[in-house]
Amino acid sequence: MFYIYCPYCQEHREEEEFHAAGQAHIARPADPDNCTDEEWGDYLYFRKNPRGLHHEMWVHAAGCRKFFNMTRDTQSYEIKEVYKMGEQPQIVSEQDSIARGTA
Amino acid sequence: MTQNNRLSSGGRIDRSQPLTFTFNGKQYQGFKGDTVASALLANGVDIVGRSFKYSRPRGVIAAGAEEPNAILQMGATEATQVPNVRATQQELFDGLVCQVTNGWPSAEFDVMGLVGKAGGSFMPPGFYYKTFMYPQSMWDTYEKCIRKAAGLGRSPRENDPDIYDHINQHVDVMIVGGGAAGLAAALSASRSGARVILADEQAELGGSLLHASESIDGRPASEWAAEVIAQLEACDNVQLLPRSTVNGYHDHNFLTIHQRCTDHLLDCAPIGQARQRMHRVRAKWVVLATGAHERPLVFANNDVPGCMLASAVTTYIKRYSVVPGERLVLMTTNDSAYQAAFDWAESGRFVVAIVDTRAHPGGDVIDEANRRGLKVIAGSAVIEVKGSKRVTGVSVSAINQLGDKALGPVKHLTCDTVASSGGWSPAVHLSCHTGSRPVWRDDVIGFVPGNSQQKQLTAGAINGTAALSTCLQEGFQAGREAAINAGFDTVPSISLPKVDERHIGAAMALFHIPHSKPTSRAPKQFVDFQTDVTAAGIEIATREGYESIEHVKRYTAMGFGTDQGKLGNINGMAIAAKSMNKTIPETGTTIFRPNYTPVTFGAVAGRHCGELFDPKRYSAMHSWHLKNGALFEDVGLWKRPWYFPQAGESMQESLNRECKAAREGVAILDASTLGKIDIQGKDAREFLGRIYTNAWAKLAIGKCRYGLMCGEDGMVFDDGVTACLADDHFVMTTTTGGAARVLEWLELYHQTEWPEMEVYFNTVTDQWSTMTISGPNSRKLLSELTGDIDLSRDAFKFMDWHEGTVAGVPARVFRISFTGELSFEVNVPANYGLYVWEKVFEHGAKYNLTPYGTETMHILRAEKGFIIAGQDTDGSVTPIDLGMDWCVSNQKPYSYIGKRGMNREDCLRKNRKQLVGLKTKRSDVVIPEGSQAVADPNEPVPMTMLGHITSSYYSACLGRSIAMGMIRDGFERMGQTVYYPQPDGSVIEAEICSPIFLDPKGERQNV
Repeated sequence: MFYIYCPYCQEHREEEEFHAAGQAHIARPADPDNCTDEEWGDYLYFRKNPRGLHHEMWVHAAGCRKFFNMTRDTQSYEIKEVYKMGEQPQIVSEQDSIARGTA
Repeated sequence: MTQNNRLSSGGRIDRSQPLTFTFNGKQYQGFKGDTVASALLANGVDIVGRSFKYSRPRGVIAAGAEEPNAILQMGATEATQVPNVRATQQELFDGLVCQVTNGWPSAEFDVMGLVGKAGGSFMPPGFYYKTFMYPQSMWDTYEKCIRKAAGLGRSPRENDPDIYDHINQHVDVMIVGGGAAGLAAALSASRSGARVILADEQAELGGSLLHASESIDGRPASEWAAEVIAQLEACDNVQLLPRSTVNGYHDHNFLTIHQRCTDHLLDCAPIGQARQRMHRVRAKWVVLATGAHERPLVFANNDVPGCMLASAVTTYIKRYSVVPGERLVLMTTNDSAYQAAFDWAESGRFVVAIVDTRAHPGGDVIDEANRRGLKVIAGSAVIEVKGSKRVTGVSVSAINQLGDKALGPVKHLTCDTVASSGGWSPAVHLSCHTGSRPVWRDDVIGFVPGNSQQKQLTAGAINGTAALSTCLQEGFQAGREAAINAGFDTVPSISLPKVDERHIGAAMALFHIPHSKPTSRAPKQFVDFQTDVTAAGIEIATREGYESIEHVKRYTAMGFGTDQGKLGNINGMAIAAKSMNKTIPETGTTIFRPNYTPVTFGAVAGRHCGELFDPKRYSAMHSWHLKNGALFEDVGLWKRPWYFPQAGESMQESLNRECKAAREGVAILDASTLGKIDIQGKDAREFLGRIYTNAWAKLAIGKCRYGLMCGEDGMVFDDGVTACLADDHFVMTTTTGGAARVLEWLELYHQTEWPEMEVYFNTVTDQWSTMTISGPNSRKLLSELTGDIDLSRDAFKFMDWHEGTVAGVPARVFRISFTGELSFEVNVPANYGLYVWEKVFEHGAKYNLTPYGTETMHILRAEKGFIIAGQDTDGSVTPIDLGMDWCVSNQKPYSYIGKRGMNREDCLRKNRKQLVGLKTKRSDVVIPEGSQAVADPNEPVPMTMLGHITSSYYSACLGRSIAMGMIRDGFERMGQTVYYPQPDGSVIEAEICSPIFLDPKGERQNV
């Protein structure tokens, strides 16, 4: 049972008030109609499943109804940070930073 | 029977309160303060069960949570049956009824016992896997016999009469364990003003202080404990929870405490009181002071009743004033166990010998044993126990210094009790619940807690600390540190009391006592008593290639009992390590998981059962539905009228009547449960265009439109009608079950993808009552109730909505139709819902206004081929598959949700399953929903399946059955015949047709 800090309510609340909403930072392609089936398939279905740091989206469903991002260690379940929509994580895994560097 | 083993004075029992209880149908006496186990021992009951696999007689071994044998079925009535109660933890009360769990037909004589006697080769580890796996069809038969013979307890067949509570708590410092370290931690944390909970599984706080021989500040340790408990009780910021097991330590310092409130009082809780309570605690900091469990030694026939833990002997004598035998042989690898022999001797019974495995034991206890005149046999071990239903004697042999060889000569000693101690295993269980692995320490000869993510400190014996003074010191320190970490800056330190304790000599790391024969030939040497795992069994497992300790566990079943191997696991790991020539840390431990001890389902469920299992939602007209005999259907959390039977009607007759009323007269449906979302903002219209598959740009004020909602994959997930109230104001309706999901979906896209759009969403489902008045007479009826809305055909067109009053109440009236008839949907503020509904009925009587429920609604819409999202769709259906191309726009400039998805290669291919109508060949046969369609019912199995039935009803208006279903390439197969094989072997033949069975041109709704 996680204890989650909602960056909008600015309070810790029990996990029961939240829903996990999948991997964070997956932007909808700007021009869907010109995506190949493969590109659209990647957007639809392909998700990371890291052992360690993971950026995920949560929604304060039984609270302020706001979506926000969380950096969480999938091994220890430690929540490293929460941040609002549109913001970038402060804490990234080595693999992520490599991927960003080359992207 | 009298309490032969009860001493005449001493202990913590109350001799002025005798209690009567029933064990295996026989009455016994005990005292207030007894556990069931101590009372049974007082009465000289040796056998408390039969073992799981070999059905050997078993007696009480331990005095606490680690007890593997004395697992009882408790309860005076059928409704109050509780399985797997540990007799060592269950307090005695007057009238308690219990019996052995294992043992069929009885514990004293047991048919399976003969199997057990046949010897180890008959039932080796993996026996069940190897023997009962084949043929697979016989498993059901095997399982029944095995379960009956093994006896795993049983749940009650009647409803539990008791109530159980949940309570949420937030604390600064949570202390687990009320022994020396826990009490010390609570005392120092409490001084800071921090909010503290101290939980302990036992009836009395104090732990080992209750029977300790040490003195604190010159007084017995139990007096110091009593004083500290009194101080803590007086603190407003401290909650003491005895009889409360911390059964789980979860992520982010969340702990669950299973408190037994009345289990010690009565068979069934007093009226108005909760029997048990589950505390859900979020703690800033946690102090684990869970203590340690003594390890028994593993030697031949070490399971014969009369074999016990040394510390259990002390506990029974000092706390319960029960000496569980006459003649004691004590075997130990360490100093602490000597106390058992001293206590035994002090109770006036005979200590035959103390057998010490160490060649040169040297602590203070040796001197004391000598002073007391007790015989100490050093460098030796009890290699075998004699006796079957009770110990009659032991064989003692000298052993080598490594402890892996019996050197002989073998001497026989006569005794009836064998106490053993292989040292202490820290109770690391909770510290492991969130994934931390324990760490082996050679100096402790045990695993201690490893690094943890949790905000957690440890104190006392859990750290492998043996000396009482150090336990207290660690406790004071941990309590203080926890309070400081939790944000309290003034934490006065407490000066350590003076403890008078013995000098402790070094212990020997020994787990498995050698026999003069090899392990495989020696009599059984039990490691895990509850699952009957022996040292030889573990050796076989490693020999057969199970080298990981997790595999050894699964192959032998070690640690799989309700005790989770609290006694046996470390011994088992040590034996596995030795047989593979590895060290114990190399071998590692299995993983400890919640729950620490079994938890009743009642405590898990709390009040979330029966009427309170789920919230219920009622429309404003619910009381009317009840009065008028509605039967209800659950839709989401809503209670919706299903149909309204009249006296003497069958269900089908009711439905026929309700359907005909809607088609020929006038009928009314309570549609309040449909989800309603108010959408406002200057970009609301554009937003709708991106969310729905069809066009919204030109929807005029005063108009309504049906829309389909898809996921990004192009699959339909919800539908409904949305009305334009103003250029920047819309009201969306959703399916009853989809309301919350749709709102979250809208929020998701607004907040993550299109935050620049100015649009706001709010649920207004509960704010409006909705009644759908349908049928040729609906206009006539409604016109009697409104003066300010012109209902005429031209003034109020199909798919228009008007604002006005109905029965004098402000209303929004939508001319939309889910029945295919002339139909008006009247929305009024929910507080007026019942009033307006009743007014409609007052005026409706002369038109024979008929209420109808969800079942008739389904039939009426199916006659028209209207889909129900979630019934006719299943997440794999595009709008095109539904034949709803008319609801998909290709003109919209923005690539709306679902557009790209439904244009993927797979969605465009031929031969997809498509929604069609189905007419059975025999018009009275209704195809069961879910039936699979095949082209040729005589094709050998597995047949080629074409699709399935999604909706199927008998239509009174059409005089025949109708169905909708998915059929592969269905649009191209109109007029073809498909077959629906049924579980009973029959086959239903049906013809593929259009799903619009009635009024294909839509003329009825346009009158």
